[in-house]
Amino acid sequence: MASPPLDLARPRRRAGRRRGSLAGWKFVSPFMALFALVFLAPIGYSIYLSLYKTQLIGGTHFVGLQNYSDALKDSQFWTSFSRVALFLVIQVPIMLGLALFLALAIDSGRLYGAAFFRISVFMPYAVPAVVATLMWSFMYGTQFGLVRDIDKHFGVTLPDPLSPHLILASIGNIVTWEWVGYNMLILYSALRVVNPSLYEAAAIEGAGQWRIIWSIKLPALRPAIVIATIFSIIGSFQLFNEPSILKHLAPNAITTYYTPNYYAYSLSFDGQQFNYSATVAIIMGVVTMIIAYAVQLRGIRKAV
Amino acid sequence: MTITRRRGVLLGASALAVALAATACGSSSSGGGKSSSGSSQAASVSDADLQAALSAGGNLTVWAWEPTLKKVVADFQTKYPKVHVNLVNAGTGNDEYKALQNAVQAGKGVPDVAHIEYYALPQFELTKSVVNLDQFGAAALNGTFTPGPWNSVQADGGVYGLPMDSGPMALFYNQTVFTKFGITTPPATWDEYIADAKKIHAADPSVYITNDTGDAGFTTSMIWQAGGKPYSVSGTTVGVNFAGDAGTQKFATAWQQLIDGHDLSPVSAWSDAWYQGMAAGKIASLTIGAWMPSSLESGVKSGSGQWRVAPMPQWTAGGKVTSENGGSSLAVMKASTNQKLAYAFLKYATVDEGAQTRVDNGAFPATVKQLNSPDFLNKTDPYFGDQKINQVLAQSASEVAPGWSYLPFQVYANSIFNDTAGKAYIGGSSLADGLKAWQDASIKYGKDQGFTVK
Repeated sequence: MASPPLDLARPRRRAGRRRGSLAGWKFVSPFMALFALVFLAPIGYSIYLSLYKTQLIGGTHFVGLQNYSDALKDSQFWTSFSRVALFLVIQVPIMLGLALFLALAIDSGRLYGAAFFRISVFMPYAVPAVVATLMWSFMYGTQFGLVRDIDKHFGVTLPDPLSPHLILASIGNIVTWEWVGYNMLILYSALRVVNPSLYEAAAIEGAGQWRIIWSIKLPALRPAIVIATIFSIIGSFQLFNEPSILKHLAPNAITTYYTPNYYAYSLSFDGQQFNYSATVAIIMGVVTMIIAYAVQLRGIRKAV
Repeated sequence: MTITRRRGVLLGASALAVALAATACGSSSSGGGKSSSGSSQAASVSDADLQAALSAGGNLTVWAWEPTLKKVVADFQTKYPKVHVNLVNAGTGNDEYKALQNAVQAGKGVPDVAHIEYYALPQFELTKSVVNLDQFGAAALNGTFTPGPWNSVQADGGVYGLPMDSGPMALFYNQTVFTKFGITTPPATWDEYIADAKKIHAADPSVYITNDTGDAGFTTSMIWQAGGKPYSVSGTTVGVNFAGDAGTQKFATAWQQLIDGHDLSPVSAWSDAWYQGMAAGKIASLTIGAWMPSSLESGVKSGSGQWRVAPMPQWTAGGKVTSENGGSSLAVMKASTNQKLAYAFLKYATVDEGAQTRVDNGAFPATVKQLNSPDFLNKTDPYFGDQKINQVLAQSASEVAPGWSYLPFQVYANSIFNDTAGKAYIGGSSLADGLKAWQDASIKYGKDQGFTVK
């Protein structure tokens, strides 16, 4: 152990190891710097903010977790939360179901003009959400929009898409229109990497198209569906653009606490309640994280 | 493609990051009112000092949405070539206040001069975002402006803005549409107005006397005219009482009849559909501030020759009471590094040459001189069938009911109007109950913000 060559070798080896670990940090440092700047810093700052309260009269003081206990008792917060939860359980399955159907249709190879079809379904994704919502809002108008034109032309009275009980469905329609193509592309690309020999084997065994979909394509799609579901959950909880634009047309149907994000926005931009707004954002972030993670775990367990 | 545990955590974590993005803009602040307090009250600035500042020159950033200011800025720069004014439209009304509050909180990007409506000024005064103009000798301007606007820019013994325009209310109506439905004289009382509203809508269900989807500014102005005083403010003690306010109940009872009869066009003011509705003759009138003519002329071009202006309908026959709707001031921001020059611009735009320029371009004056000038009063406009509309509007300015005040957090209160009182417009509650809910929500916010609520 104490022999001279080893003694010489040991410090050299140690130095080498240290240099190696430093080099590793250097490689990740651009990422870490960016990660700290755009990810950790805002979260840390929001958490810091959420522990204080600033009043128009009285200034800023430390309140500990009071904002959190207030938020958990805040009926407006829970109203907004249940609204996006409802949106999630209805809109996401419809959207992903459509995306799945379209992806399978394109992948089936039996579609005429598949490339054109693919790009045209994807196109709405390229339209900014703000523009898409404005466009739809013109159609939804019962006074001067497409709905009115249809009513007038056919002598019918369509239900008002901007009325309080239909507006969530109208928003769901816009979101589905925007995101079906995107999700279809995720699923379609997952289908493209399926080994063709599986299809050949299935054909030799005499399997029909439905059997191939059920036994080969759907299992191959499972991870992609999990990913698309997680993206959609995050998207639903963050619903903001669509309600904030439609509010101009339906000011009474869309409240300032219509979705959790819109609530956080109103709190800080209208009410100057930055601290409470940060609290709402953090709670929503944690809830989203938990639900996304649960879906993730479930997706993995099923795959095994 | 298997997803590892670690990636799952990251995905979840990124959800958190994006959720926080919503507040990121808002939270880049909270330095907590670190505005420079370099201005002391006592120091008085003379006119000579202002002239010196003007000839020395400098850069000014002005946030305003009022269209006639463009010409004022151009003239100002011609007269004082060393001053460069950057006129920015940072949004109209509430949108601008949001941006302004954020800039003040962040401590950067604050303009030197901001366009602030009377109802919003107390909020900026309370947060010490605007400068007391007394130090520049603004108190000497007493008598220059009409009483309503001049009262609106004062608080706690200081002057926090110079009145730019005012909005005494009047009834703007499309005479062609009224005539078509057999209404030969515009309604003089609200009872007549309601009867006309029902008459028009019954004759043609696509036509309405006016639009309303619940508008805080309109509602408070109507209550103001009806003699209501739901708000009481004294320093940091505020009172909000719609439920027990006679003026409020008078308005709510009358307006409820129009809501119940679906006699109001469900189109929001300033929306695209609003302009279309007026252009198509589907929205027949507006009870609105005296600043409306220029917006009508630019927004509803096809209505030229059809519109007229009548006095605001009254709560009692033969009455002569009006209220203000909107109207705005220019204020100097505390964060401005060149307050003297900023004030010199304010004075130019609101009192000196600028006041006349703005009136010439269609603004409604807040200055006594312009309001009483024969040129102004006798001006005719083909858009209004050569009617001398300024006589009606100036008359309204002299009949504004005294004693009204807004809350020191009116900007916020107005933002939640549709959450509460707005329910009445979609059949969720009565207007009176909705206003009570608005009262409760306003009180809750006031208490939360440290006000003493009576």
